[in-house]
Amino acid sequence: MSNIPAELKYASSHEWVRDEGNGVYTVGITEHAQGLLGDMVFVDLPDEGDTFDAGEDAAVCESVKAASDIYAPITGEVVAINEELEDSPELVNSDAFNDGWLFKIKADDASELENLLDAEGYAASIAED
Amino acid sequence: MAQQTVLFDKHIEAGAKMVDFHGWDMPINYGSQIEEHHAVRQDAGMFDVSHMTVVDIKGSQAKEFLQKLLANDVAKLTIEGKAMYGGMLNEEGGVIDDLITYFITNDYYRLVVNSATRVKDMAWINKQSAGYDVAVTELPELSMIAVQGPNAKEKAAKVFNSEQNALLEGIKPFMSVDSGDYFIATTGYTGENGYEIIVHEDKAADLWQQLLDVDVRPCGLGARDTLRLEAGMNLYGLDMDEEVSPLAANMAWTIAWEPSDRDFIGRSALVEQKASGKLHKQVGLLLEAKGVLRTGLKVVFTDSEGVEQEGVITSGTFSPTLGHSVAIARVPRSIGEVAQVEMRKKLVDVKVVKSGFVRNGKKTF
Repeated sequence: MSNIPAELKYASSHEWVRDEGNGVYTVGITEHAQGLLGDMVFVDLPDEGDTFDAGEDAAVCESVKAASDIYAPITGEVVAINEELEDSPELVNSDAFNDGWLFKIKADDASELENLLDAEGYAASIAED
Repeated sequence: MAQQTVLFDKHIEAGAKMVDFHGWDMPINYGSQIEEHHAVRQDAGMFDVSHMTVVDIKGSQAKEFLQKLLANDVAKLTIEGKAMYGGMLNEEGGVIDDLITYFITNDYYRLVVNSATRVKDMAWINKQSAGYDVAVTELPELSMIAVQGPNAKEKAAKVFNSEQNALLEGIKPFMSVDSGDYFIATTGYTGENGYEIIVHEDKAADLWQQLLDVDVRPCGLGARDTLRLEAGMNLYGLDMDEEVSPLAANMAWTIAWEPSDRDFIGRSALVEQKASGKLHKQVGLLLEAKGVLRTGLKVVFTDSEGVEQEGVITSGTFSPTLGHSVAIARVPRSIGEVAQVEMRKKLVDVKVVKSGFVRNGKKTF
């Protein structure tokens, strides 16, 4: 069973969200998702300043197996991207919840977080797959 | 329930992620397919290929039978142990399977065919063998381990006995020796040196363990695919099948046209295909920008007469050795040095080269 940190929120499309304070949230993909995708070879990130609606494609994780769209879990503006991934996409595999983060988004409406799953809900959603 | 090879427990012990591969439960990787790929390019890796099918053809007419059955000519095999690659074609000139034939003695040849095509291959071989004095015997009790990489031979030598090592001294590629418990061939599917070792299933786990003990790294089907693709080697079912001519799949070199009176199955169809002028050809594609060329994507280009032409990627992947994507494609012969591939709703430029991108650890284009 893969690791699902209790302090994070999750989308059923396998993104995780960490509250960094001041309305900024870090987004990545779960350990479970990286395991499904296999070794990551490219990560296409948005630009800082891009804005997304919740559920819109914001990034692409391309592994040896497939290219996978990453959706913005909440509406807002991208305020930082993980530039390390340009040269080291494998960080998404080796440390999905920390060094493998994708981007930080400033939420337009923090109440959207309530639409996401908690760790237990996400664990249940992947158990159904 | 998928079939398991006798090495199943060894795979689980090594942390394999198992997948269903044409009815066989096989390791896709043991953690990281890219690290396994690099192990084979830089050191030594091993693959369980026990799912492959070994078929012995014995009898006074073994040679005549195989001269009919195969598009390559077993008469070229004159040294005991010599191996040959080629296609087994249908009457329409499509590829039923690609296989390796080993010449054991005048009345004994060994074929190694794909596992995914085992049932139809056996049916075809048995059907065609009617009227020949041959016995066709499948040997499911044999396992096979491929040991590949620049250090593969040196590491394997520590596992072989002195007689085996003496026989292997200075051995050329595409040869084999049968000694003690092992049938050892200098063949492979990675573009590196190494061996494919056929061993009775009762001794396979022991051989695997001995190879582990001399630091040969277990590698899964994921790495096997990226390695063979970098080496420009076809995968049956993707790069060719019964609907595809070997002449359109970079297998022209495996068709023995001489002697001209050798009437192998598919010969007349191949002659017609050649005459039609409509045959596509196989090329390699390079994408040096981000992104991965995937199997099935459309390849487009405008030929020298201004006509839009279209082909297809038959297998594509990310090349861990080169750090960008490569693919094998089947395209109209009028293709030039560049083309475009439609990826994720955008047309991206690709370079067109000969298929085969890496050999013995080095870039070949």
